[in-house]
Amino acid sequence: MTRIKNLADLHKIKEEVQSKNRLRSSLDYPEHLVQIKVGMATCGIASGAKETMKYLNDELEQQAIDAVVTKTGCLGYCYAEPTIEVTLPGKEPVVFGYVDKAKVVEIIDVYIKRGEQVEGIIPLNFQTIDD
Amino acid sequence: MNDNKKQLRIALRNCGFINPEIIDDYISRDGYMALGKCLTEHTPEETIKEIKDSGLRGRGGGGFPTGLKWEITRKSESDQKYVVCNADEGDPGAFMDRSILEGDPHSVIEAMAICGYCIGADKGLVYIRAEYPLAIERLQIALSQAREYGLLGENIFRSGFNFDIEIRFGAGAFVCGEETALIHSMEGLRGEPTFKPPFPSVSGYLGKPTNVNNVETFANIPAILNKGAAWFSSIGTEKSKGTKVFALAGKINNVGLIEVPMGTTLREVIYEIGGGIRDGKKFKSVQTGGPSGGCLTTDFLDTPIDYDNLIDAGSMMGSGGMIVMDEDDCMVAIAKFYLEFTLEESCGKCSPCRIGNKRLHEILDKITSGRGEFQDIERLQLLSQVIKDTSLCGLGQTSPNPVLSTIANFEDEYLAHVNEGKCPAGQCKALLKYEIIEDLCTGCTLCFRNCPVGAISGERRQPHYIDQSLCIKCGVCYEKCKFNAITLS
Ligand SMILES: Cc1cc2nc3c(=O)[nH]c(=O)nc-3n(C[C@H](O)[C@H](O)[C@H](O)COP(=O)(O)O)c2cc1C
Ligand code: SF4
Ligand code: SF4
Repeated sequence: MTRIKNLADLHKIKEEVQSKNRLRSSLDYPEHLVQIKVGMATCGIASGAKETMKYLNDELEQQAIDAVVTKTGCLGYCYAEPTIEVTLPGKEPVVFGYVDKAKVVEIIDVYIKRGEQVEGIIPLNFQTIDD
Repeated sequence: MNDNKKQLRIALRNCGFINPEIIDDYISRDGYMALGKCLTEHTPEETIKEIKDSGLRGRGGGGFPTGLKWEITRKSESDQKYVVCNADEGDPGAFMDRSILEGDPHSVIEAMAICGYCIGADKGLVYIRAEYPLAIERLQIALSQAREYGLLGENIFRSGFNFDIEIRFGAGAFVCGEETALIHSMEGLRGEPTFKPPFPSVSGYLGKPTNVNNVETFANIPAILNKGAAWFSSIGTEKSKGTKVFALAGKINNVGLIEVPMGTTLREVIYEIGGGIRDGKKFKSVQTGGPSGGCLTTDFLDTPIDYDNLIDAGSMMGSGGMIVMDEDDCMVAIAKFYLEFTLEESCGKCSPCRIGNKRLHEILDKITSGRGEFQDIERLQLLSQVIKDTSLCGLGQTSPNPVLSTIANFEDEYLAHVNEGKCPAGQCKALLKYEIIEDLCTGCTLCFRNCPVGAISGERRQPHYIDQSLCIKCGVCYEKCKFNAITLS
């Protein structure tokens, strides 16, 4: 890593990450990806998020789906852990709760591959500082 | 505000959005921008003024104005000063600080560096309980990434400002969350509180001026500096600005971590965000402030949550634990539960706290086991007052609050225990009575064969009988009987 010396260096990193994320989720971009975040705070892990993440990775790889799976912190829905957020290219992010292996299969087959609705979506109930 | 969006995430702005182990993710959401601007464009005084103007108050429990604390520490003259982050988080059921450190460790690191710049410190310490391994791991990863980028270390943003952070592990004692005890624990001494003043801002770690803030307090700082004091102070109530994170737990449908603007009512939190009481039961009480707080009734459901309103209502904000109780919870037993916790956690330095709480607990135990008498309620109140008035630290001074608030708000339950020998919620086992209804009993002998203490007798095909002097109220017979012949009263 190179040292950050000034605000311009920070802005550069910010823009790089943002544009990478924008491209990944754009249908016009040939290398677009399905982006998945798994809630991996203590609450999520205690409910099986590690197993969910591993299973998710294995399934996506086996089915050759272009996706990037990352871990993230607690979204606050501890009652519904494990939770994952799925962003299909060109679509808004969607959060699913109670994601065990069976749910992973359903999400991949129905939501990711066919783009159809799946039960178990948690409506976002907060505003962010940018709203 | 959009009706189904009662929450506003400021301290949790990145939790669940970024990968906490990748610093670039944090930077992509304006991370380290506030630090960069402070160091290159603003004086410490300007930055402190911004924090003061924002109205931010400490989220660790006390609610002391953060900007003022920074100013006092800045004005304390010394060759060496320290910034301390209090990540002890000892309240039962609380996990706000853990979630922030696990989901967004850089926000705390950035804020500590800003604090160091403002007060004139080049060293920061995070005091965290060793039971938080994941938070510690993510914090360590974040610290090393920040160092690699030169966001910690020497000459940060080429401003001449140096700052680095060390982690110190606590053994998970509640009293070590009290700032003077925390400092002694870091010095390698016993984790016991000492008298204030001097406040840590004047004489803290190793006798040097030390600014202690809570994790959530720090997590708010970068957002305030990026969006401005005016923005922050437009959120909340007159004297409590911004938001508060709560760990919502107990008999509620949506257990979880929430962040709401100050001034949100308990009703909104419990019914709209929390999804109401589990299994359609009736709400009885909500406990805030952990072992230092109190239990509020339905009368307070429409009280806007802020520091002052909660104190007026006989509880306190505390660090953010919020436990919801339903009709099945016995308030005397709840008070006893908190006292058990306090007893375990009292450091033992002051007799009123060490012995007084033990006596309170004994009286509560007497009441819940059916041996209470009317005078016990008065004894509880009297002793509570003495403990409050004569304990050295916040732990002892607030430990009787759960007792006092349950007596104030649920006196009828105490009276039912001591006068009628009844527990209205049916929780106090000693006051329960399992009995066999003769007309329904078929004499199948199932309960007789399952009772672990042989309290049940009777001939086959004849009604059975429970000897109350032998019964240990285990409830096995009640579960086993296929004919609903056993009642509980
Ligand atoms: C018994 C006791 C336990 C405390 N535990 C904590 C704690 O776990 N975390 C915390 O931040 N503050 C705790 N405090 C409050 C601290 O003493 C101190 O006021 C706080 O860390 C200051 O930070 P703030 O101004 O940002 O809230 C505790 C206080 C007492 C009396
Ligand atoms: S009040 Fe209790 S916890 Fe606090 S110093 Fe005294 S004995 Fe220790
Ligand atoms: S199990 Fe029920 S029916 Fe059978 S003997 Fe006991 S009380 Fe009577």
